[in-house]
Amino acid sequence: MTVVLEGRDITQDYHVRGGMFGGAKTVRALKGVSFSVEKGKTLAIVGESGSGKSTLARIIALIDPPSGGELLIEGQPVNISHKRPGPVLRSKVQMVFQNPYGSLNPRQKVGSVLMEPLVINKPEIPAEERRLLAEAMLVKVGLGHEHFNRYPHMFSGGQRQRIAIARALMLNPSLLVLDEPVSALDLSVQAQVLNLLADLQEEFGLTYVFVSHDLSVVRYIADDVMVISQGEAVEQGTREAVFAHPAHPYTRQLFAATPETDVEAIRARVAKRQAARQASGVAR
Amino acid sequence: MALLKIRNLTVRFATSTGSFTAVDGIDTHVDRGEVLAIVGESGSGKSVSMLAVMGLLPDTATITADEMSYDGHDLLRMTKAERRQLIGREITMIFQEPIASLNPSFTTGFQIEEVLRLNLGMSRREAKARALELFQQVGIPSPEEKLKAYPHQMSGGQCQRVMIAMAIATKPRLLIADEPTTALDVTIQKQILDLLMSLQEEYGMALILITHDMGVVAETADRVVVQYKGKKMEEADVLSLFEAPKHPYTKALLSALPENATGDRLPTVSDFFGEGAR
Repeated sequence: MTVVLEGRDITQDYHVRGGMFGGAKTVRALKGVSFSVEKGKTLAIVGESGSGKSTLARIIALIDPPSGGELLIEGQPVNISHKRPGPVLRSKVQMVFQNPYGSLNPRQKVGSVLMEPLVINKPEIPAEERRLLAEAMLVKVGLGHEHFNRYPHMFSGGQRQRIAIARALMLNPSLLVLDEPVSALDLSVQAQVLNLLADLQEEFGLTYVFVSHDLSVVRYIADDVMVISQGEAVEQGTREAVFAHPAHPYTRQLFAATPETDVEAIRARVAKRQAARQASGVAR
Repeated sequence: MALLKIRNLTVRFATSTGSFTAVDGIDTHVDRGEVLAIVGESGSGKSVSMLAVMGLLPDTATITADEMSYDGHDLLRMTKAERRQLIGREITMIFQEPIASLNPSFTTGFQIEEVLRLNLGMSRREAKARALELFQQVGIPSPEEKLKAYPHQMSGGQCQRVMIAMAIATKPRLLIADEPTTALDVTIQKQILDLLMSLQEEYGMALILITHDMGVVAETADRVVVQYKGKKMEEADVLSLFEAPKHPYTKALLSALPENATGDRLPTVSDFFGEGAR
């Protein structure tokens, strides 16, 4: 198996400028995180708000350079701190954001949303072919030719997320960074988008980095799981290992807080509640 | 005995493209001390029906119902003054965005004391003492300091606790919680749900929990109403709903939960309704 993505001891510092009275401060958002993902696999990064999971996603997606450590994509060390990623590198890594309402320009038609990555990164492709590629991609993500000339506001949240995924796939990336791609969607739409992601992964041999706070989604989609808390990877392992034997207290705390929809768990809760009511003798 | 009773509730909105029916003939009721969950996806009308009860809908909404009564009082034919006696005292509500629900320009202490003075006629000093008690009860750390804090100085979970403190300040008999934990992390969600459930037990108040999250339903509800596109699909006690859902939509919702995935693919709602995938 080839390793598509590798991170070695990645750190990220944010400098907070001092105000009139306080001095400048440095916040260490990531405290040395290492990981690697093989081709065609999904690494899930799990954490709560403020854990640094989105900071890490932005580093992997080549949006922000890390303060320290090394990032390797397809075995090549990548450094974007002085120079923005060029067309070759940009074509390898793409990102899908959480909010499909915010990540699409409301004044840009869907067709032009999809063609833009090609215009910028592969200008050698003629306009006619570009259009064909975009139309084909629309069909691939479950939309139709008739959607080509529509604006984002004419679509539902799930359809918009499909457009965002289509845009990310236009350059044939090998790695897709998905930052909470289904958190803003309804349950039934979430299922459709997760199915779509699974289909696309199989068809294109895509590697996913899937950032999420939802353990039930992670359990469904991930091969490997990394739990991060306060900028540190507190637990790393295969999905089976992490879910079966969570080692770190924080992981266990996360599991305990995740609601159970298991019938036996509900039965136990209902019984406990009835017992408590009878014990307190409250007549209702 | 039913505390809140709704029969054939319909809510229409006048829009530029004609009338839109958000809630379409809903029947439901809540008993004293009961936890009712109303589940649905966006656009199911789950919030709108409860906003109609609270009288919080804009003027563009037309509300019709055969019956909408609280504890024998007819909510439809009530004057505004009579309604104000109920809303905010007997019936209170908390919302999804705790930080947006609080006024950013005043301290949380001022805002909760205002509730106590206006609704219960307490003096400033009484209100201050009671506010402190309430903050302790909902588990806000260092409550004395937090009474002097502004909403932006507190986390989302803490702001939701403040909202809950305000909502229970008048010892209501019915608390409506509209997606109270959606904006919060799972560990905080657990804490807030636990808090709501323990307060519900302690006060013996009825709780209506509006949510899209089947997990939240499983952890809290006695009885569940499932809504879809403004209509009621199914109503059942929580155990029967999860054990043997009757309506295809409920089945679809439950099987779309990733933890219930059996094969490689998640079934979607359209698989159950036989519609084309969209």
